[in-house]
This record gives sequence, structure tokens and C-alpha cells, in this order.
Amino acid sequence: MTSAPDAPEQGFRLSQLIYDTRYRSLTIQAIVFILVMGGAAWLVDNVIQNLNDLGKDFNFSFLGQRAGYDIGNAIIPYNNDMSHGRALLVGLINTLWVSFLGCVAATIIGIFVGVLRLSKNWLVARLMTVYVEVFRNIPVLLWILVAIALLTDVAPSPNAYKVNQQTGEAQASMLLDSVAFTNRYTAIPSVHFDRSLGSLDTALAPISLNFLALVIVLIASIWVNKRMLTHAAKVQEATGVRPTMWWKSALVLIAPVVILAIALGINPEEPQIKGFNFTGGTNVSNSFVALWLGLSLYTAAFIAEIVRAGILAISKGQTEAAFALGLRANRTMSLVILPQALRVIIPPLISQYLNLTKNSSLAIAVGYLELRGTLGGITLNQTGRELEAITLMMLIYLAISLSISGVMNVYNNRVKLKER
Amino acid sequence: MSDTQAHSVAYVRDTMLPQQPAPAGQSGAVQWLRENLFSGWLNTLLTLLGVALIYTLVMHFLPWFLHGVWDANSIKECRTIITDRYGEGATGACWAVIRERWHQFIFGFYPPELYWRPILTFLLLFVAVGPLLFTWVPRVLAWFTPVYPFLAVWLLWGGSGWTPVMIFAGFVLGAAILLLLSPRLGSIMAFSIGAFVAILYFLFVVGPLIGGLQAILPWGLESVDSAKFGGFLLAITLGVGGIMMSLPLGIVLALGRQSDMPLVKGFSVVFIEFIRGVPLITLLFVASLLLNYFLPPGTNFDIILRVMILVTFFAAAYIAEVIRGGLAALPRGQYEAADALGLDYWKAQRLIILPQALKISIPGIVSTFIGMFKDTTLVVFVGLFDPLKGIPDFIRADFNWKGIYWEPFIFVGAIFFILNFAMSRYSMSLERRLQRDNH
Repeated sequence: MTSAPDAPEQGFRLSQLIYDTRYRSLTIQAIVFILVMGGAAWLVDNVIQNLNDLGKDFNFSFLGQRAGYDIGNAIIPYNNDMSHGRALLVGLINTLWVSFLGCVAATIIGIFVGVLRLSKNWLVARLMTVYVEVFRNIPVLLWILVAIALLTDVAPSPNAYKVNQQTGEAQASMLLDSVAFTNRYTAIPSVHFDRSLGSLDTALAPISLNFLALVIVLIASIWVNKRMLTHAAKVQEATGVRPTMWWKSALVLIAPVVILAIALGINPEEPQIKGFNFTGGTNVSNSFVALWLGLSLYTAAFIAEIVRAGILAISKGQTEAAFALGLRANRTMSLVILPQALRVIIPPLISQYLNLTKNSSLAIAVGYLELRGTLGGITLNQTGRELEAITLMMLIYLAISLSISGVMNVYNNRVKLKER
Repeated sequence: MSDTQAHSVAYVRDTMLPQQPAPAGQSGAVQWLRENLFSGWLNTLLTLLGVALIYTLVMHFLPWFLHGVWDANSIKECRTIITDRYGEGATGACWAVIRERWHQFIFGFYPPELYWRPILTFLLLFVAVGPLLFTWVPRVLAWFTPVYPFLAVWLLWGGSGWTPVMIFAGFVLGAAILLLLSPRLGSIMAFSIGAFVAILYFLFVVGPLIGGLQAILPWGLESVDSAKFGGFLLAITLGVGGIMMSLPLGIVLALGRQSDMPLVKGFSVVFIEFIRGVPLITLLFVASLLLNYFLPPGTNFDIILRVMILVTFFAAAYIAEVIRGGLAALPRGQYEAADALGLDYWKAQRLIILPQALKISIPGIVSTFIGMFKDTTLVVFVGLFDPLKGIPDFIRADFNWKGIYWEPFIFVGAIFFILNFAMSRYSMSLERRLQRDNH
């Protein structure tokens, strides 16, 4: 229409900005831009004026000041003489840590429940449906509060695990002889090495060289295993016979790590009750356990539904076609069903991980100090810098979310159906 | 089989054998048990584990439930009664707290003599959303839907009766200008003028007008302060209000994100991704701590309104994504057909695209609403009395009910469960119905 030969050759008229489709979108965009920028300028102007009135300024130098508060669950070394910036970092690492462990637990529980919900067993399928519906339809805050109430109200005091001298029995017994829930903390076993290679001091935290060595060996064996599989595929293409791989893979993957661990003298350190408290092992604070439990159980219900939907989404014809091609059941699963089901499962699964990470800010309800508790809680209250603290906190959460969704986009592009 | 044969050939049976019952193991309860519970060792093991789990749970919780006490004035009294009735060491639920304080869980601190107002608002909500959600509701009721938000706000907060009427009049004024002028000036100009006049009306005319009318002819309801809101009244107000206000914004954002104009698209994407990338709790902190910085000095308004604004933004970002899914699910042919008919952008959206896209999006909108409704419990962290933590904490502050945890959890959890479960079932049935409609 714009290139019609008989279009009247006229000068530009102002009304064309609205009625001519060539210019209209430019006009609209200019107006939107002016409105948005005007709104932003108005907000910034208000902020400047309000800050002036309060005698405040906008700077982040408070991050360098002494924090002066303690954090009970610091993973990296921290004491109250360190700066607010360091407290922020401790909080951020705590957020990432509880989110990571929550995602792992939620995935494991979710897959179990999702698969069992499809089970032919009537009772089990019903039980799993009840689990999913109950946890999905009640706010996660309730589950976190229930978990902390269970731990503080119902769990015995560490004292109860003490063996009574007369009867030779303790009031409470530990789970599998290694985990003890008490009303103050949960005692779990920790890993102990008899021979230590020392530790590497980084600015963030000291890293045990033993762990580092184990991780390096593990990565190296995974790499070697990958090379061996590539080689096996080559042999298969050349000769038509695939060399038996499973025991070689198992050997390469497991043996080096196990040998190194035994050489370093690995042994689990079980918690023991000494006096009024557990020593040996690790005492995890109840606030952490409650938050972790609440988040995992709640998110697991959603993941179960995602897993179930993913499995149901693959039509039966796919299985039948694979059988018709002569694939055995396990190869059908790994070559036909899983790749297709994962394409359906992974994107919503990752958005559940995102939700779990965002929900970890509910730690405020149980007093676990993560990012919202340190930067958005105590630091904010002590320094009185709401604007800076909340802005920074939102940007950090945004960065975490965007990196998770970035990972999802990479995955989506890789598994996208290649269409014409 | 003919008669002749039957008579002539002795060994041919001419009557059917009576039907035999299936073998005992292959019919009835036994067969059902065998197929559904005990087929194979793994299934048997799972069944036994399930039975053991149910048994433990019931054995733990049933006595506690059965020993419940409804008639007491404090937790101490509850415990005494339970010990008296069931012996030393017996445990039991103290439902008396629910009996005494149920109105706080439901209405917060709303004046008891005015309870009819929130109840009426809640009932009218169904009249308002009925025509949208259920096909069997008479279409005539649809006129009530746009009136409802104004009526609901007035019923809940009270105040002069002229306020909702005059604010509604502002919208009517804008719409009237749009309708009158659009044949002559085209929809864009008419919309701009209508919006401009309406904004002028809201900024300069509506305040004095209400004041004047109230002076001449005063009528209205007793006003109720926002601080009195709490419990499920607060949760439902925030949830429903947030979703209702976020729908128009969400539609605009979804259309913006689908737009060909890079600037409009860019702003929409940034807004949506920013809101979806941060936890609601940080947005609530913005509402309680930062909103005062962003507004002109001296502005200080109601905390519920501030929270509602941020909740609306939050919901709008999620609704926008749901509607974008609906828009994307429409076949390309619908857009092309609208173009072929010569409809302009807004006409095409209004008459062809949005009615279909919104219809597909309703299940997603309901799920977003369920999520929102659950998330309203987070307002406790900005000092409001949500039903889950705010109200129980308040009740526990009373010496009589110090240390009561489980009964409020169960009561509030059950109400949340019933409401959300009903909504999710509705959304599922709708999904099935829509699937059938499309094919």
C-alpha cells in the first residue's frame, strides 16, 4: 500500500503521524518513551527531594562499615567485626546453599511421588495424590512454620539422648544411630579425614585440599570415561560390535575416587552426646532444617505434578514404535521416552527451582539469616539505608533469577525440536 | 441351529448352559485386591508400607483429635479438662481457641456489628464473576461486573456513598467520550481525548465534587480503618483485588510484549522480567519502606493500598505471561483473518484475538490467583495481620492462649486447602471443557 504508484505526492502533514501506518508506530513509541521517561524522572526527582528532606544521601559506603551482629549459620568465616559487605556475602551464600539443597531434595521427592502417583497400586497412588494436593494448596509459609514448630515443640532436648545410668536406656533414640533431632539443633554426621593435605586460603573461605583433590579426581575420571565412550562409539561404527563398556565405566568412575578417599583416611564422624550437647558431627540449626524441609516438601508437590505430566505427555505409540523397532525396554526408556519426556519436564522444573530460590526469602519466618535476613534485615535496620539495601537486594535476586532462566534458555535451545 | 438337527442328532445340545460365576480368585473384592494392591512383590511391599504409614499417622493423631475440647477459656483449662477426662498424660486438641477467636481468623479486627458488609461483598463477588466463569449464569448479570469493584471497596471501607458513584462516573465519562468521538476522529484520538478528560476529572473535579455532594446530601456507610482488616478478609481482599486490578495491566503488558514496536516490547519485557525475578517479599518491603521515597514529599497513604499496588504489579507480570501463552496458542490464521477483514489493531484485538485468547487463559489465570492467594500470607512481614501468622501470633500474645500452635495451623490450613482445592478443580474442569470446545 505504501508503494502504490498512484499515491498522492503531497507534503508531509502532521495528521500523518497518527493516521499513516508508516509513522504511527513511531509516534506511539515516542509517546510511550516520553511517558515512561517522564514517569521515571518524576520518581527520581521525588526520591532526591525526599532524601534531601531526610538529610540522607544515596551511597553504598555502609557496606564497608563494621556489621556488629552475629550470624549463626555462616558457611564462610564470619564474625561481628567484619563489614556489612561480608555479612551480605554470608547471607547470599546461605540463600544459595539452602536453595541448592532444597532443589536437590525437592527433585528427589518429586520424582518419587510423581512416579508413584502413576503406580498401578491403588493405595499408593491415592496416598501420593493426597500428598500433592495437600502440599500444593496450602501456603508454603505454613509448612515452614509447621516444621519449626515440630522441631522446637515436639523434638526432645539434647539431654534426652543421654543414656540413663540406672536403666541403661535413653529417652530418645537417634535415627539410624547417626541423626538426632533436638529442640535446638539437628545433629548429623560429618566427614572426617585422618590425613589432611592442609587447606587453601582464599579471600572468600579456606578450602580443604582434601575435598579439592577428590573433586579434581572425580572430574578427571568423568572426562576419561567420556573419552572411552567416544572411543567405543567409534569402534562400534567401524566394526559393528560395541565393546562391553559398563564395567570399564564403573571402574574408571568409582575406583580412583574411592582409592584416594581411603588413602586420605576418610571416615564418617558420628555425633556423640557429651555432657549436655552433641559433639563430633555437625549441628545444623533448626531454622535451617525447618526452612529446608518446608521448601522441599512444598516444591516437591509441584515437581511431582510436572514429572507426572511429562510421563503422560509421551504417547503410548512411542513405546510401541520402539518395541516394533526391536529396542529392549531399558533402551526404549533411555533412547525414546526419556529424551522426549525431559523436553516437557525440564523447563517447568527449572521455573520451580526459581520459585524455591525466591521462596527461600521466607527464612525470615524462622530466623535463618540469608540474604533477606542480613542485607534486607539487620543491615537495613542498623544503617537505616532502606533505599540502597532493598535496591541491592532486588538486583541480587534478579541476577540469580536471570542466571537460572539463562540456563533454561540454553537448554531449551539445545533440545528444541528441529523443524523445517 | 435348526430344529431338525436338534431332533435328529442326539448329541447336539439345544439349550445354553447356565452362566457360571467367575472363580473366587478372579472376581469381586479378591480380584480387585489382587490387581490393585498385591500384583507382584514390589506392589505388595508398597501396599504394606502405605498401610503402615496410615496406621502410624492415625494412631498418632486420632486420639489427639478425639480428645479435642471445645469448651474452655484458656489453654490451661483445656489441659485440665483433658487430664480429667482421659487420664494423666493424655493429649488433646484445644479447639476452644477456634471457638473463641474464629471471628479474628476470618475478619481480623473488623467491627463485629458490621460483619454483614464483608459477607455481602464476598457473596456479591460470585454474582460479579459468575458470568465470566460459568456458562449457565444469565448474561444479563454481566452489567454488574464492572460496577462490583467500586461497590466492594465502598462496602469494605465504608465512607461517603458519593465516592464510588463519582469515581465510577469518571470512567463512564471517559468511555462516553470514546464512544461519541470515535466515529468522527478515529479510535486513537477518541481514546486519547477520553483518557485526558477522565484524568483531568480525577485530578481536579472529583474531590471537590464529592465534598460538595456530601455536604448537600450526605449518605454513606460507617468508615472502617484499614488497620482493622485481618485474617481471611485481608487475604481475600488482597488476592481478589490484586487479580482484578492486574487483569487490565496484564493484558496491556502481554500485548506490549507481542508488539512489533521495539520500544514498547522492551519496556514490557523489562517490567515483566524484573517483577518475576524478585521475591514478592522484597516487593512488599518496597511497599512498606520505599514507596514513600518515590512519591511526592508528604504523601502518606494507607498500607493496604500500598501493598495492593505492589501486589497488583506482581500479579500483572504473571497474568501477562499467562495471557501471552493464550495469545501464542491462537492459530496464526485468526490474526490473518482479522487483517483480511480490514480491522485495525484494536478492533482486531477486541473482537477477534482477545476473546479467544482470554478464554484459553482462564485456567492459567485461576492458577495465578491460587498462587497469589497463598502469597498474601506474606503480608505478615510488613506488619499486617494475615490469617496464617499474624492473627495466631496476636492470639498467642494473649496469656490465655500462650503456646497454642497446632489448632490455628490446622484451622487456617484447612480453609486455605478447601478454597484452593475448589478453585484448582474448577480450573481443571474448565481446561477439559475448553479442550472439547476447540475440537
